[in-house]
Order: sequence, then C-alpha cells, then structure tokens
Amino acid sequence: MLKYIIKRILMLIPVLLGVSIIVFLIMRVLSPDPAPIVLGQHATQQAVEAWRQANGLNDPIYLQYFHYLQGALTGDLGTSYYTKSPVTKEILARFPATIELAVVAIILASFFGILIGVISAVKKNSIFDNAGMFLALIGVSMPIFWLGILLIIFFSGYLHWLPSNGRINPLLEPIRVTGFYLVDSLVTGNMNSFKDALQHIILPASALAMYSMAIITRMTRSSMLDTLQQDYIRTARAKGIEEGRVIIRHALRNGLIPIITVIGLQLGSLLGGAVLTETVFSWPGIGAYTVACILKSDFPVVQGVVLLVATIFVLMNLLVDVIYGFLDPRIKYSKKEV
Amino acid sequence: MLLEVKNLCTEFKLKRGIVKAVDDISFTIDKGEILAIVGESGSGKSVTSLSIMGLLQKPGRVAGGEILFKSQDLNKLSQKELKKIRGNHISMIFQEPMTSLNPVWRIKDQIMESIMTHMQISKKEALARTIEMIDTVGIPSAAQRANDFPHQMSGGMRQRVMTAMALACEPELLIADEPTTALDVTIQAQILELLYRMREKFNMAVLLITHDLGVVSEAADRVIVMYCGKIVEEADVRSLFSHPLHPYTVGLLQSIPQIDDDCDKRLYMIKGMVPNPLNMPPGCPFSDRCDHSMERCTKEMPELKEMSGRKVRCFLYKEAVEGGLAEK
Amino acid sequence: MKVKNSSNWSESLVQAAEYVERPESQLKVMWETLRQNKAAVVGLIIIGLLVLIALTVWGSELMGKQILPYDPNYSDMSESFIPPNASHWFGTDQLGRDMFSRILAGTKISLFVGVAAVAISLTVGVILGAIAGYRGGKTDTFIMRLMDMMLAIPSILLAIAFMAALGKGLDKAIIAIGLVSIPEYARIVRGSILSVKENDFVQAAKVIGNRSSRIIYKHILPNVISVIVVRATLGISSAVLDTAALGFLGLGVQPPFAEWGDMLGRARGFIFTAPYTLIFPGIAITITVLAFNLLGDGLRDAIDPKSRIK
Repeated sequence: MLKYIIKRILMLIPVLLGVSIIVFLIMRVLSPDPAPIVLGQHATQQAVEAWRQANGLNDPIYLQYFHYLQGALTGDLGTSYYTKSPVTKEILARFPATIELAVVAIILASFFGILIGVISAVKKNSIFDNAGMFLALIGVSMPIFWLGILLIIFFSGYLHWLPSNGRINPLLEPIRVTGFYLVDSLVTGNMNSFKDALQHIILPASALAMYSMAIITRMTRSSMLDTLQQDYIRTARAKGIEEGRVIIRHALRNGLIPIITVIGLQLGSLLGGAVLTETVFSWPGIGAYTVACILKSDFPVVQGVVLLVATIFVLMNLLVDVIYGFLDPRIKYSKKEV
Repeated sequence: MLLEVKNLCTEFKLKRGIVKAVDDISFTIDKGEILAIVGESGSGKSVTSLSIMGLLQKPGRVAGGEILFKSQDLNKLSQKELKKIRGNHISMIFQEPMTSLNPVWRIKDQIMESIMTHMQISKKEALARTIEMIDTVGIPSAAQRANDFPHQMSGGMRQRVMTAMALACEPELLIADEPTTALDVTIQAQILELLYRMREKFNMAVLLITHDLGVVSEAADRVIVMYCGKIVEEADVRSLFSHPLHPYTVGLLQSIPQIDDDCDKRLYMIKGMVPNPLNMPPGCPFSDRCDHSMERCTKEMPELKEMSGRKVRCFLYKEAVEGGLAEK
Repeated sequence: MKVKNSSNWSESLVQAAEYVERPESQLKVMWETLRQNKAAVVGLIIIGLLVLIALTVWGSELMGKQILPYDPNYSDMSESFIPPNASHWFGTDQLGRDMFSRILAGTKISLFVGVAAVAISLTVGVILGAIAGYRGGKTDTFIMRLMDMMLAIPSILLAIAFMAALGKGLDKAIIAIGLVSIPEYARIVRGSILSVKENDFVQAAKVIGNRSSRIIYKHILPNVISVIVVRATLGISSAVLDTAALGFLGLGVQPPFAEWGDMLGRARGFIFTAPYTLIFPGIAITITVLAFNLLGDGLRDAIDPKSRIK
C-alpha cells in the first residue's frame, strides 16, 4: 500500500511540472505584453522598456521559466505587478475564504446527494425517485452563477432572510485562529460571529453545491441500484437481516466506493465553480481575485493561483485513490494464498 | 411434518403476459430428510425455494397455496415475522459462492451477524461459536481464517463459509440451491459430504435443488422431478434411478453418459425444446417431446397419481404399475 | 458458431469473417431504442425548436429582414426597465432593448459556440487519441501525459486562462472552450483502440491481409462512434454552460452580440430593482442545456446493450 502511494506521488511530479509549463506558456507566450496594460496607455516607451527589464521580461523564455520554477519550489511565486506584494501573501490572505466555501459546499453536496440517491434507488420508479432524478437533471443544467442570483433574489431580495454578499459583518469578525470564520468563531465561543458567518455562507455554498449534488445523487442512485442487485444482498436478506441494515451496512458500504471517487473528482469542478460563485456573492476569495487579475493582466498572480489549484486538485485525486484503496479490501489486502 | 407445501403457485407478471413459474405443486419434507428437486433451467425449482423463503422480488409473487412450516403458513406472515425465521429456522445457501459473500466484510463478521441477529448471546460467545462453525465445516486454522475477506479464499472454501453462515443458528431446514454447480467435481464431493455430516450432527432437513442427477443419486433420500413448473414425478432415490416412470425422467437418465458406453455412441438428447412459458400448449407440457405421447396428451393435463409410495403425472399409468418404461 | 478445429486462431478467423456489425446498422439500433425514451424525445424536440429559432434569426439577418419583434440591438433609454407586459413579453433591459428579441437572438450564438467548440474538441481529440492508440509507445505516453496535464487544471480556470491570453471575443471563446475538452475525446478514442487492438479477431483480420483502414472502419469505428456521439451531445451542453460563464465574467462574446451569459453579467447590478432582467436569460440557458442533457442521457442509455430493444 505504501509503495503504491509513493509511486503515485512520484508520478505527480512530472504532471505538476507540465502544468507549470502550460500555465507559464499561456501567460507569458500566448498573452499580449502586460507592460502597456499595467503602466497605462500614456506610459512612455522608455518606462515600458524599463519596466520590462525590471520584471525580467526581456530574458529568454527558458531563463524566465527557470527563475519562476526556482522561486516556486521555495515558496516564492513572484510579485504582483500591481500591488507589488508577494503573490504568495496575496493568495494566502484570500485562500481560506475559498476553502471554507468549498468545504461547506462539498459537505452539503455529499450529504444530500447520498441521502437522496440512496432513497431513490431503494424506492426505484416511485414519485420520490422520479422527482429526485428530475431535480438532479435540472441541477446539472443550471448555470451556477444564475442559481446564485436566483437565491439572492428570493432569500435576500424577497424574504430578507439572508445577506446577499460578503463573508461576514465586519464588526463581527472573529479572532483569527485558522482563517475559517466558522471554525474560529466556534473555537473562541463567539456565537454571534458564528451565526453571522453561517448566514453569509449558506447561500453561496448552496449555489456552489448544487451541480455537484446533482452529480452525486445520480451517481449514488446508479451505484446503489447496481449494488442492490448483487448476490450478497440476497444472502444478507436470506439471513433474516433487517432491511434497513441490509441497505446501509451491506449495500451502501459497497456502493460508496465509486461514490467517493466521484466526490473527489467534484472538487475540481467546485474550485472552478467557486470563481463564479465568488463573483456573484462578492465573496472575498481567490476566485474573484484571480478573475480580476486576469482582466488586468497581472500574470504572476494568475500563474500562482492556477499552479496552486492544479496542485491541490492533483493531490486530492491521489487522496481519493488512497481512500478507495482503504475502502475496498480487495485492493488493500492483496491476495495471499488461495 | 417439518415443511408442507400445498398447492403452491408462483407467477411473474411481465409486460408480455403472466408466467406461471410454479404451477400448483405440493410436497413435504420431514425432519432430517434430504429431498432433492431436479429439473432443468426454467422448471421452477429455484423459484420454489425463493417462494418458501419469501425472497421473491418484483415482478414475482406467490399467487396461491400454503407453505406450512411447523404448521405455520409462511405465506401469511409479514416480512418482519419472516425475518425471524430466515437464517434461524430455515436457512439458504446459493449457487455462486464467488459473489454471494459481501466482499468488504470479514468472514467472521458475516457469520457473527447471523448469530447476533437471532440469538441473544454476547459478542464474545458469538465469535467463539463462529470459529467453531468455521472449523466444523472443515476449514483449517479456523481462528486465523475467520479474519479473512472472501476474495482471499477459494470457491470451495467460500461455499463452506456460506454453509457455516447458514448453519450458525442451527436451522431445522436448509435449502441448498445448486450448491455445487459452480464448483469442480472434487470440491463438489466435499461439499455434499459436508451437508451429509451436518444432517447427521444437527438432524437437519435439506431441500436440495439441482439439475445434476449425479448429485441427486449421491446425496438425496427422495427426489421430485419438475418440468415447466409442475411436479411430474416423485419417488425415493433408489426407485427413481432403477425404475424411472415418467418419460421425462427416463430421458434425463438416458442422457447421462455411462463409463462403459461405446465410444462411438452418440450422446442422447431429449428431442425438442422446453415450451415458451408465455405460450404453454394445452395438455401435458412434455407431450411434444415425448416418445410415447398419445392424442390425449396434447389435450388434457394428466393428474399427479400416487402409486405404491411414488407419484407420477402421466397418462401412461392408470393403476399401480410395476415395470415402468426402462429397466436399468 | 460451429468451428470444427479447436485452435484459437481459426476461431478468430471465422469470427472476423462473420463480424458484420457495420457502423450504420449500429446507429439504427441506437435510434430505435432512443425513440422509446420519452425524455430524450422531449430533449430532441426542444433542440429542434432551438435550432429552428437560431436558423430563422440567422437567415433573417443574412437577408436583411427583421423577423424578431424588435431589433435586439436597438436601444431606447426612455423604454428601459419596463417589466414584462403585452408589448415586451420579457420586458426591457437597462438600455431599453427588448429582452425577448435578445434572448431569441442569443439562441443563435449559444448553439453556434456550443457546436463549434465541441467540433474543435472532437476533431483534435480524436486525432490525438487515434495517433496515441495506434502508434503506442513513446508517442502514446507523450500525448497522454499532455492530456493529463490539461486535465489537472479545472476546466473553467483553464478556459479563463486561455481567454486571458487570447483576448475577448466570440472566436477566442470558441477556441478556449474547445481546447479545454480535448483530453476527454482523446482518452475515449485511445481507450477504444487499445481494447480492440488486443482483440484476437483484429489480429486475425490483419493476418488475412485487411488493410489498416479497413480494420479501423469495420472493427474499431462502431464501438467508438456511439461513445463519442454521447460525449459530444453532453459536451455541447457543457460548452453552452461554459460560454455563458465566460460571458458572465465579461470574457466571452462581446457586444453587440446578444449572449445570455453576458446579459446576466451586465444586469447583476439590478438584481433587486429589476429581477426580470436576470431571470429570463438564465431560463434560456437552463432549457438549452437541459435539452442536450436529456438527449445525451437518452443516447447513453441507448448504447448500453442491456437496455437495447431488439
């Protein structure tokens, strides 16, 4: 098992290297010259040249890449063209917001997705099943940002129950322990903070979760339908086991394995969807920041973010594979003697 | 009588029509008796066992009859009440040992689950009993093997585990649905021998379902032959093999190649095919394949007649008759 | 199959000779099964309607005639922010343009971008996958590693990055969205080729002397085509979503084109004052994506041999 993990981590390295090259190529080679954009339309030719020189943009490409790589490996992802502060710092300041959003979203998506999926499978072709599958279909077809807008119109504009943007009332910001407001406020016992943070996160997290929840629901249903047909389920029933136990401890336990894989893969689409959700809800995370930087041609930031996100994504996939190996004893325990 | 099945009818409601998988069959099993049901695929033998256990899935359902287990009609019980009987008083083992065990549970947990569900004993005692059962079914190093997962065991061992699981609560009746079909011949012998031993030890009755006459001759006390959902012959094993009465039974026995047969001799096959269950012709279902069919056979359904401790459903037999059609 | 000689080789030979499944007949079976699936038929009908709308609008533009109730680009500030009523079914937007006409006009754009992007992904992906599968070895490894790298970045981010590099605009959007999905098709095709390559009957066909192209046509193509058709249909739906996402962010199709995502992006500020400017474009996107999803799901069920109606 350990050998497998190490092998997979080693295989990651060329992939990440490749990703960094791709991102680098897109940002430095394909893109237009950032200098005029950063310095403004009225910058003189001299100023542009000076700026380019200072930022190493006149060096040959491979040298630029090498410097970049060097920096990246030591944690220095360059400096923002605009704010002049290190990219790493800018990212770290905003990252917790995005992670908190993504984690809440994945929890919502997994919990409801699996719940609805299991019930739909057990009550196949019932009204619940048909309604559930229909909702899942709609969920997959709706644009995330539009769902966010609809939620705001309804819950903020019409019902006035929930706030429509931001992460928290600035007056209620909890003491920073982890950077995750929900955690920090609980840890410091600040229940007002917690309530406010929760109210702010519920809409964007729901919007973000919808697509993934729909996919998880469908996947769970199909996996459970498959599992419930298996012979060992018949055996379990023949033993006189209570049906609920058969479904959860026998069927779901087996059916969960491919579902976990799907959940892990959803993380990628969540990170992408976060970009849109953050824009709609003015959520101070990495996504909105990245888009703004792209529009301004602040390339170091974009490079840094994309590289970071890709790394996380790839690591998550590895984690999912490892968990899969743990859940399925056929993989965990290679055959001994037969 | 441990089990009395009376006029059992099981049907499957399909889009294209209703299939009568089991059409009015009746039989009994006594304590400690091994009864075999023989028939080809589609004869209704497996459906019979599932009907007894109440394990039929839609679109199948029991359409009529009684299933009296210790004088209680299983057909009238709710699922909840049936669960108390399954695994406890009546157990079942299935054909595919490779897929009939939960792949992510350890062997010991699967057996213990059965024990803990039906018996009020502590976990520790259940574990001890589990290991004892594993040992009883002939798996060496029982205590270690108990921690294994199914994929770490061979087909024969898995079938033994299934048997251990089925017998853990000492049921009075074991239904074995083609227990040896998926295994090779040597393992087959071992499993049958195991069933025999269990019968001795626990005075357990066995309903053995198979298409293999060899298995029947080795293991059973009495035999029922089914065709198209109906019983066509019933007899004790000796009589059936030495004096088969129904033409179908005769055909089945003739199909078995003998070790002293001529090398050039063609394998015997009963001519024709099983009729379409959605479109059963009137009269005896075997009539179009039978060498002795008469005009009457295609019009009327013969009754199951009892004669000197045997039963047969065929117009060839009017009264108690010795001799039959083929001497062996 | 009655083969006297029990050797594997001649069995494969007979199998190759008897293998009559042509790509055309497989598609026919797919169609039959699909027709039974009501949801898929609904999807197909909706797509038909959308295509009709798109073609009509496009045709009328080419001919210089006005077929929509209003000119989608005609802006009259005095008519801005009119809620839906009898003369403006969907109301007017912040620049006084009729929403209904704009949304109909947007159909053309979304379908065009969706299909074009998928066409790019498909073509490049299939070619890459075919090369990788057929050549094998180093070529295969190189191409697949490249695909893995592309898959390591979430698709929206990658599309946004491409757009940042290439600039805004309709054509750039098509390329960006198209590029992002290439790895999927490459994988499908490569996988199919690999699984069939090892098959005995392909070896046997080669021995008989079948040319490579014939092998591809008769043996590899049937399997691959159905899977690709399903992927492409679902690919159109995600391309439409991606187009809208880019438009929403201001990166995609630019004015004067009426693009649904762009409409949503620009109307964000009026979320409380004029919600109808945001509701209808979103419904349009959802219905379009839904239609392709229904069709795609139906197709996927249709190629599954278990659900085929013979």
